[in-house]
Amino acid sequence: MPESIKSIANALGDPRLYFLLTVGLLFSYYGFRKTLTKPAVFAGFMAGGVLFFFAGLSDHNFALIALKPDNVPIAFMLVLVAFFTWLSLRRAVINDELRKRGEPNLEEQVARQKVFTWPDLVFSELICLLVVGVILVVWSIYLKAPLEEPAAPAVSPNPAKAPWYFLGLQEMLVYFDPWLAGVVFPSLIIVGLQAIPYIDRNPKGNGYYTFEERPFAILTFQFGFIVLWVSLVILGTFLRGPNWAFFGPFEYWNPGKLEPLINVDLSELFWVYGLRQPLPDFWLIRELPGILLLLAYFGILPIVLAKTVFRRMYIEIGFARYQVMSQLFLFMALLPIKMLLRWAFNLKYLVHINEFFLNI
Amino acid sequence: MNKLLESIRTSQVWRSIFRHGPPVTTRNRTLAVLSNFFLHLHPVKLRRSGVRLSYTWCMGGVTFFLFFVEAITGLLLMFYYRPVAEFAYADIQALNAHVPLGIMREIHRWGAHAMVITVWLHMYRVFLTGSYKPPREFNWNVGVILLVLTLLLSFTGYLLPWDQLAIWAITVGSNMARATPILGHEGPFAGNLTWDGVQLVHAGNDARFALIAGRFVGEATLLRFYVLHCVGIPLAVAFLIAIHFWRVRKDGGISGPL
Ligand code: HEM
Repeated sequence: MPESIKSIANALGDPRLYFLLTVGLLFSYYGFRKTLTKPAVFAGFMAGGVLFFFAGLSDHNFALIALKPDNVPIAFMLVLVAFFTWLSLRRAVINDELRKRGEPNLEEQVARQKVFTWPDLVFSELICLLVVGVILVVWSIYLKAPLEEPAAPAVSPNPAKAPWYFLGLQEMLVYFDPWLAGVVFPSLIIVGLQAIPYIDRNPKGNGYYTFEERPFAILTFQFGFIVLWVSLVILGTFLRGPNWAFFGPFEYWNPGKLEPLINVDLSELFWVYGLRQPLPDFWLIRELPGILLLLAYFGILPIVLAKTVFRRMYIEIGFARYQVMSQLFLFMALLPIKMLLRWAFNLKYLVHINEFFLNI
Repeated sequence: MNKLLESIRTSQVWRSIFRHGPPVTTRNRTLAVLSNFFLHLHPVKLRRSGVRLSYTWCMGGVTFFLFFVEAITGLLLMFYYRPVAEFAYADIQALNAHVPLGIMREIHRWGAHAMVITVWLHMYRVFLTGSYKPPREFNWNVGVILLVLTLLLSFTGYLLPWDQLAIWAITVGSNMARATPILGHEGPFAGNLTWDGVQLVHAGNDARFALIAGRFVGEATLLRFYVLHCVGIPLAVAFLIAIHFWRVRKDGGISGPL
């Protein structure tokens, strides 16, 4: 693989660009869905990705990380998520088109036909099961399960990574303290998922693929699943090395690499840089700008949104549901907002109350 | 050949197991599903849209299959493995070294990774087809709990090889619990809870301590995770899967338009 492509890939892997690119990719995929979901276009993209992967393997550093036994399933996952995202959107585009023409959609066309469980369902289940079974056995023959050195509580490896499916949460530690990234956000993800059926009162799109009948629900979920979960797992697995520093896909994982931290708090920005006076001693006054900002974010912003962009939704789902929805939505948005603030202003904490060990 | 098959089909043994003729007629196809313990989870007939792979991606079914594979390979692995810090690592090493052509550990490990992925994809499909909408809200919730339990199954299993990868991944993962507000000794407000100058929540009694049975990932953690991994969580998952499947039927089968 030519060096120029390698250095471009290394540059694009930078967490900031990487994140903005994934967001851009997701939204442009939906924006230009009619063209981009054409099977040929999708096949082209996939072929390009696979080609990049195999060409990349000729590079020692790339192969080292990409072929680590525990990382192989994650590459598979990327392919599967891409495939199913395409498949669902493809069917949604077709269905939306059919609906506009007043014709029954792909699912409706066959929903009235009834088939027997034996043989139709039983045999497709059997085939699925055999295919998965064969894949699993072949995979297990060719790829040995890893076993590292025996456990040594005194020798901590660098990087020390959580199991791969939690690496999105570990990535959040760059932007938030552990009590948020490791406790509050995971709890809210679970609560948020459970709340979905009770918040989303839109009766359309039940039992068939569609995008235009429920764009907000789909885009919000996609943003959470693809951008904030899957893509951060990929970032944490393949692009975070020793000291949790960033490494491009073709970069050597140099344990000496340390990213300089020159972060400031909002209180410093406000009092020291803004008003040119020392930080107040009393925590409430010192942190007032951040506290007010958060109060406005969680208290006033929902009202503003209810009067503007979420106007229709507010009328449809009512006060209580809207409250739950908007709080969950704003919590989810907090992560990308904090990322942008970090990148733009080196902001570390919005609120930094050491007195209570409470940092946001 | 046909004669032989025919005589097997009409033998008393065969007929004691399958109480119906070959499933080629409507009547026998119905009986094939109704009179079979494993198949009676299914309805006799269903909408064609629900059978299509392009609709369900078969991800729920594959997740279930992988759970089954994990249970069997896990059982076999338990024959060779002792959850004691002294033996755990050596047992895994011995397994690699002494069992010719052994791939049980591989199937179990890759199957576990695959199950995490397929459960995500299943949730993804259920969301995209809006199948969480009434009347399936409750089953979606059962699903969310299954998702959490699947991750916990994988998390507790991650520790068992007792190598560097294992203990440090669990250390990093469980360190979060230290930061639980009030209940973790490094969490918000925990430091403010003092009695006569003594901190009430400390490393020896906080949320992390409860999770890993000690101040650091050690022998007690290994045993605790082993029990959860091999008995506790699988039982809970099996129980919830039973409810999940029952509810799929009660909620009107696989979702579809109309
Ligand atoms: C151990 C994990 C799980 C297993 C074994 C499992 C299994 C299944 C199976 C076999 C079906 C039948 C349809 C299909 O294959 O798609 C199904 C349907 C369903 N699952 Fe799951 N599931 C699991 C986890 C989940 C999760 C994480 C969710 C959501 C958060 C979920 C929500 C649902 C819902 C709502 C249905 C009904 C879908 C419909 O009618 O179209 N399940 N599940």
